[in-house]
Amino acid sequence: MTNSTTTKIVSPQNVKDEWFRPKQKEQGRAESVVRPSLSYWKDAWRRLRKNKLAMVGLAFLIFLLFMAIFGPILSPYSVTATDYPNQNKAPSLAHWFGTDEAGRDVFTRTWYGARISLFVGVMAALIDFFIGIVYGGFSGYKGGRTDAIMMRIIEVLYGLPHLLVVILLMVVMGPSLTTIIVALTVTGWVGMARIVRGQVLQIKNYEFVTASKSFGAKTSRIIGKNLLPNTMGPIIVQMTLTVPGAIFAEAFLSFLGLGVAAPFASWGVMTNDALPVILSGHWWRLFFPAFFISLTMFAFNVLGDGLQDALDPKLRR
Amino acid sequence: MAKYIIKRFFMMIATILIIATLTFALMHTIPGSPFDDERTSNPTIQANLEKFYKLDEPMHIQYLYYLKSIVTFDFGPSIKKPNESVNELLARGFPISFELGMVTILVALLSGVTLGTFAALRHNGIIDYTAMTFAVVGISVPNFVLATLLIQQIAVNLEWLPPATWSSPLHMILPTLALATGPTAIIARLTRSSMLEVLTQDYIKMARAKGLSPVRIVVRHALRNALMPVVTIMGTMLAGILTGTFVIERIFAIPGMGKYFVESINNRDYPVIMGSTVFYSAFLVFMLFLVDIVYGFLDPRIKLHRKEGDA
Repeated sequence: MTNSTTTKIVSPQNVKDEWFRPKQKEQGRAESVVRPSLSYWKDAWRRLRKNKLAMVGLAFLIFLLFMAIFGPILSPYSVTATDYPNQNKAPSLAHWFGTDEAGRDVFTRTWYGARISLFVGVMAALIDFFIGIVYGGFSGYKGGRTDAIMMRIIEVLYGLPHLLVVILLMVVMGPSLTTIIVALTVTGWVGMARIVRGQVLQIKNYEFVTASKSFGAKTSRIIGKNLLPNTMGPIIVQMTLTVPGAIFAEAFLSFLGLGVAAPFASWGVMTNDALPVILSGHWWRLFFPAFFISLTMFAFNVLGDGLQDALDPKLRR
Repeated sequence: MAKYIIKRFFMMIATILIIATLTFALMHTIPGSPFDDERTSNPTIQANLEKFYKLDEPMHIQYLYYLKSIVTFDFGPSIKKPNESVNELLARGFPISFELGMVTILVALLSGVTLGTFAALRHNGIIDYTAMTFAVVGISVPNFVLATLLIQQIAVNLEWLPPATWSSPLHMILPTLALATGPTAIIARLTRSSMLEVLTQDYIKMARAKGLSPVRIVVRHALRNALMPVVTIMGTMLAGILTGTFVIERIFAIPGMGKYFVESINNRDYPVIMGSTVFYSAFLVFMLFLVDIVYGFLDPRIKLHRKEGDA
């Protein structure tokens, strides 16, 4: 309380009474928490932001999403329209990424491919998410015999070679975007269901769930309010990692000739089309789709890794 | 242990049965018969063909014949190339794919484990960062993209290695490299993280205190336990690699299973598609079974683990 500017040594006799006054009690402030409390999600976001690589990934994905939506619209060329006089042109001011053997603009097709890749990836992840949550949540919460039977089913399905099943379905159902998504989710939900179940199994024995039960909460409330929110971390990580898997699978299938049919573009189709012409030096045909598939997978992978660290409560400080 | 093996064995049979049934059901939901082209328009020939392929029998009988063909390992003739049986195609293509797959998994294991171990030993050092950067890149670049880039750069531009086919060890380098990079990256990351964990354990400190050489500590004590997670993913990874060969074979013009499989897809040659799918799946499921058994032997905790019912 001393005023630093007037500090001087005073003898005890000269100490005056008016120098003293009772300290003002700060009404109600003493117990308050100075730092605002961090919710789980705020804390996770704070930690994710520190992970530079994950943020670069996120930024790229936002950019990609923007270009996937607006890229084909902004471009003066159409995705499918052929322009034979301008075939196999190297990248120039008119065609930023060059043109293919039918004179189609690679720039437009690349962003159209982004649309398809993102759509397939996100849809596959969402459907996996819903099936996985219902199946895994039910199995884990019920426990006992139900759980044992449901898990045996999962173990058998887990043994199926996924890409073969997908190829088989594609052959029978005919190549289309819907088929790809269906085929990917037929086997894809299993991983998600396992994760959800493992989490639910662990959390349902915690005290706060018992407390909730003792207050007479209904099963639906316990699952919805207590269990699921606490399992979201690993689920989101799993979803982020499902997307690159689905994007790869779509490209893989398109590359085998089972994906989106020409003249529409997907990254896999474009890479496949570029295969016969790489010897003739048309590098842009291969480079752009290959570059963007790799970058997208990279972005999702680093973001998934970052989320994994950020959402892990054990690493919370 | 015996109980565990038996349980796994029945699980394997169930999985194969599901694949077989799925394949059968899918085969019969395809509209039209395989003999719908003009070449066989004569109704008598058509009927004879259907009799030959037992397509005139009721569905459940056909299903039994089908199961028999799987058990006896006889998938019948190809429809588009009637003088060749599916078995012959498998016998010709599979050994090559198998070779490519095995070389790949060996390369991936050796380089992945080495890379991961060194990264963990030099945690946060230059080797660690380099290895992990490589790992993220390796996971991100699809194998068919890598394969095309390798052909373009190393085979065509630099002319260091032959761009295609499978005729000498020199020819094997590029396809193996393309196929092995992804698995190598995954194994390296896995080895690194489990190695980092193992290295903090008390028994490692103990080994150090005893004055064992660092090499011996890492190889004999740490690596053994650090490799457990790698063994766990071997099965699914093998499946990924062996299906991955399809695309790699196509790019490098290697006459393996992938070539016949893609050909049969394009020709819609159903017996070949179905036969090779069932065969391939059965093989993969069997490998998964073997990996599980090996894992059971390596980790005595596994039985306890399974009994509790959580994975």
